[in-house]
Formats: sequence, structure tokens, C-alpha cells
Amino acid sequence: MSSKTLVQAINDGLRCAMARDPRVILLGEDVGVNGGVFRVTEGLLEQFGEERVIDTPLAESGILGTSVGLAANGMRPIPEIQFMGFIYPGFEQLVSHVARLRMRSRGRFTLPMVVRVPFGGRIRAPEIHSDSTETYFAHTPGLTVVVPSNPYDAKGLLLASVESEDPVIFLEPMRIYRAFREEVPDEYYTVPLRKATVVKEGTDVTVISWGTMVRETWTVIQRLEQERGVSVELIDLRTLSPWDEDTVMTSVNKTGRAVVVHEAVAHLGLGAEISARIHEECILQLEAPVARVASFDVPPPLFQLEDLHAPTPQRISAGIEKVFAF
Amino acid sequence: MFKSSAEAERELQGAAVSHPALAEFGDKPADIEDTLLIRMYEEMWKLRLFDRRAVSLQRAGRIGTYPPLEGQEACQVGATLALRPQDFVVPTYRDYGAMILHGVPMENILLYWNGRAEGCVIPDGVNVFPIAVPIATQLPHAAGIAWAAKLRKLDQVALGFFGDGASSEGDFHEAMNFAGVFQLPVIYFCQNNQYAISVPFHRQTATATIAEKAAAYGVEGVRVNGWDAIQVYRAVHAAVEKAASGGGPTLIEALTYRYGPHTTSDDPTKYRPAEETDAWKARDPIATLGEQLRAWGIWNDALETELQERMQHMVSEAIGRMESAPPPNPEDMFLHIYAEPSPRLLRQREEFLASLGRPGGRQHE
Repeated sequence: MSSKTLVQAINDGLRCAMARDPRVILLGEDVGVNGGVFRVTEGLLEQFGEERVIDTPLAESGILGTSVGLAANGMRPIPEIQFMGFIYPGFEQLVSHVARLRMRSRGRFTLPMVVRVPFGGRIRAPEIHSDSTETYFAHTPGLTVVVPSNPYDAKGLLLASVESEDPVIFLEPMRIYRAFREEVPDEYYTVPLRKATVVKEGTDVTVISWGTMVRETWTVIQRLEQERGVSVELIDLRTLSPWDEDTVMTSVNKTGRAVVVHEAVAHLGLGAEISARIHEECILQLEAPVARVASFDVPPPLFQLEDLHAPTPQRISAGIEKVFAF
Repeated sequence: MFKSSAEAERELQGAAVSHPALAEFGDKPADIEDTLLIRMYEEMWKLRLFDRRAVSLQRAGRIGTYPPLEGQEACQVGATLALRPQDFVVPTYRDYGAMILHGVPMENILLYWNGRAEGCVIPDGVNVFPIAVPIATQLPHAAGIAWAAKLRKLDQVALGFFGDGASSEGDFHEAMNFAGVFQLPVIYFCQNNQYAISVPFHRQTATATIAEKAAAYGVEGVRVNGWDAIQVYRAVHAAVEKAASGGGPTLIEALTYRYGPHTTSDDPTKYRPAEETDAWKARDPIATLGEQLRAWGIWNDALETELQERMQHMVSEAIGRMESAPPPNPEDMFLHIYAEPSPRLLRQREEFLASLGRPGGRQHE
């Protein structure tokens, strides 16, 4: 065990994956000599050589499109897209090919590839560097979308993603890359995909979140429980698609109330789908309509206002109080 | 290497009226065995008969929209016969001729164009990628396949087909660039049929050729007469040998022409004069090769009659297999989405099958 940030845990996960399986290679912009713009791949070029840690031309469709061929022909590529706001030139490759090759070849070709993407806002980054557009990918059947919220899960989910025979979009919340440390095992381990985790048990309301917002929501919950005397259950979804409906429905059937908190905009954010499914499955147990706390339906503003765009502690708190006031 | 722009432009403009393959037959090639010359001719006929029958099937409502390849047989036959079984064909929607020659059953192609999932099946051991529908998106795949071969030290090259229109897409540029930077064992084979649906070649690019674009990527560019299967074969064969021996990528442009519409939903008389099409047809690549084979003393009427009967029979058999396939199994749409379907997907499938009155059952057992 050693104390690691999220960045260090992912770096350690990549190292473990590459040491274990010679088919695993990294490719992307600045991932080699520079060790990635966030230093996620630092030291890996030196350890594994330039055939396995590859600085590519600046071309997202090329990175993702060649990863299709690499994965279909026996490698296990881990392409990095530098920021979520820059993934769109490769969007066609993801939705028309990556997500569909298994189906389009009736299982002949599979794509064991993990697309690593730093995402989310509130790091004072320039424009277009703060997107939380996970819905685009979660909306696409065939893709698996994973978001860790802490260093332990980050390493375990990454290794499970590398083991997956299906393509995974692995979203890394930039705001918590170095926000805190956690004990992370040095050895190889996996955290299962498609499995949410109950971060904290409670009896009166279920709060569902992922990525950066899990820790921020947890802080709000602690205060609310003390001040209001309510008991809150917090679920970290971890895999956004296909998501763990059983864990969510079991919890909501117990608590009778649900709130979804995410950094993506409200309109057709994943909260919309989760809310709809809860209403379909748990309507008779619900004490109040499911509430959503999300970013406003505007593009991420320049950084002076970005903290007010994303859910603030006040808005998270109000969202939870709302389901009690109904 | 590619020809000078002015020279290539003259050839492009004058191709329909002064085709070089027809100037004279010359001597029988010394570098290609008689059996291969004959095979080229036979395979070209196979594709043409297949294509004509497929168009008829579409017109009769027996398959869906179909993109005919007639006219481009010399390109697909010459290129594919130059590959080895371990090499990869990475096709567009019009390259089912190459797919058939590289081992995909004819009936699968027909099933695909008839909207059947069974048509997507590529037999194990047949190194053909699924048809790419979005333009140029297959070109990075070919680079990746070749890259994996290089990293795994396999004796394998990938050949990515594309058309003149695809050269305008970003993925063409990105794929060529990756191929050049990483010196990948990949061949990019452009069938320049001079129209992207209706848009003529000069509206795709201000360059006179596709081949000269290769220079911008540090890649060798070659321009061949796509009306001549022998010339195409030689160019691809050389590119395979070069790629397999570590010499890196090649861009080959074959000047060709599609006789028919872009697809059976298209009307080419809106954008091409009939005289232009007629001029190309008058110098048909299959007829030309047939005349060459006769001039070289390795083909005759008896062989021709037998060939036509054999190929018609082969195509008829494939059509028979396509048409005798059981009705589509609705459950098929739920298969091959993930290695393990999600509980939600399983529930949807269960509810769907129940709505059809056969919970959990399969239609064709």
C-alpha cells in the first residue's frame, strides 16, 4: 500500500497493465516524452519503450481510428484524448465504429481498448477544456463509460477496463487528479465494471453521483445529516453505461427519495435517464419526484464563472432538501 | 512515382478517348504466369455477373439499395489477387468484389445488401474488415491493423480501399499521416472513378491526381491505369513486397470509371453525359483483357463459353442460398452488443420476445 493521488493511481494502474500484458500499448498526444499534460503517463516511456508508449501526431480521429485497427488485430491499445473538449474530431470513430464493430462483424472483431479522457471543469482551464459530455458516449450502445471518484477505484476500474473485451471510455475527473490522497495497493487488483458502490448507507434519501461530485456531495451530506437529522445514502455510480440499476433501485425502494447530482448540464444529462428509470421502477415507493442537481443548460462559461455553473454545495443541499419538502 | 501534374491531367481528361491499354497489346507479360492472367479474367467476369444479377435483384425488390461496381473490376481484381491470404482487405461499400475474392461468401454480400445481419459474418481466417459506410473512416483502421502487424512482427500488410471523394475527408489525411510517420505496412488504394456520387473529381481537389498527395506525407505515390488489371496487380504486388520487407506505405491511385449509378437509388444521367459513359464502356477492361488473352494464345471460344456458364451458375447458387435463408430472427438485433449483455438489455430482449409470443424462444431452431 502507498498513499497516492488519482493521477498516481492511474499511472500505477497503467504500469501494472503494461507489465502484465505485452499487448497493452499507450498512444496519444504528449503521452511519451512529456508523460502526458497531466503527467498521468510519466515514467512509462522510460520503463516500456517507444514501441509501447507512443507519441502520435495531433489527430484525435487518427488516434481513435488506428486504435480500432490495433485492437482488432491483436493489441490492447489505451489511447489518450488530451481533454474531453477535443474528442469530437474522433466522435465518428467512436459512435460509428468503436461502439459497433462487435455487432457489425457478428462477434468476429472485438475492440479491447480503453479511451482515457480527462474531463470536467473547475480547474481554471481555458475555454473548451472543461466539458462533461459523458451523455454523448453513454447514449451509444456498445460503449462502456466509466468514471472513478477516488484513487483506489481509479486503479481498479482502469485495470478492469483493460481486461474488458469491449471498448471502454474511461473518464478522469481533472478537478480531483491531485485533490487528495488515498491508500492504494501496489499490486494488481480490479474493481468491477457495471457495479455502483454505496459510499455511505442511509435510510431517508438516496443521492446518486459520480466523479468529482461524489466527494463534494459527501461533504454536503455530512453537514445536512448533522443539521437536519436526516439519514442519506450516497451511491457512486462508477460505470455510467451500462449502469447498475439494481443497486440504485434497491436503495430507492428503501429510502423512498432520490436525488441525482452531476456536473453535466441538466438537459439530457444522465440524471434524466436515471430519474426516468427510478420513476418507472419505484413509483409506489417514492415520497417525492426525483430531483436533479446539474449544471445549467448553457455551455461551460469561461473560468471566472465556472464554479457557479456546476452544482455548488448550496444547490446540492437545496436539491436534497427539496425531496423532503415535497 | 506519380506523373507530373500536367501529364496526369492530360491523361485524366483524355482517358476516355485515348486509353493507353488499347494502344497495343504488346507481348504477354513475362512476370505473370498464364494461370494468373486467366484467373484475373475469370474473376473480373465473376464480379461483373454478380454485380449485374445484384442490380436485377434490387430492381425486382429482392434486395435493398445496392452500390454497383461495374467498370471497377480491374481495380478490385488486380489489387486483391496481389494480396496474400494473411493480408487484410479494409473495404468501402463498393469493394465487395475485393471481399469476395479475399474469401467472403457471395451470399453474405447479398444478405448484407438485403438488410440481413447474417451478411455481416466474415468467416474466421478470412482477413476482411466489415464494410465501412462513412467515407474514409476505414483508412485509419487499415493503418491500425498494419501497425499491430508491425508491433507483433507479423508478415502481414493491410490494404485500405477508398475513392476519390474520400481524399477530401480528414480521416484520409490522418491515416496517410500516421502511415508515413510510423512507416506502417499499409497500402492505400484509391479507385478514382472520377465522381463522388455526382461531384466530379475537379471539385474534390485542385491537384491533378490523388497520387501526388502522397508526397505531403512522405509516402510513395503511384498512379496506374485502373482499366488494366495487370498494371494494377503489378503496382499492388510491388507495394505488398515493399511493405512486407519494411519499406513502409504506398498510396496507389487507379484511374477508373463506374458504369452505373452511385447506388441503385441514384440517377447518373443527371450529372454525366451518356457519351462519356459510352466512351468508357467501348474500351471495357474485361473485353480488353479477353482480347489480350486470345492474342497471346491462352484463351478461346470454348473456354469463354465454359467460363460464362460456370460463373452464372456460381452466382445463381449464391442467390439461391441468399433467398433460401430463413426469415430474419428478430432476436439477432440484441446479439453482439457487448461480450456480456447488460441486465437491462436482457430484460428488453425478454419483453420483446414475449411481445412476439415466444418468450425466451428462438424462431429458427
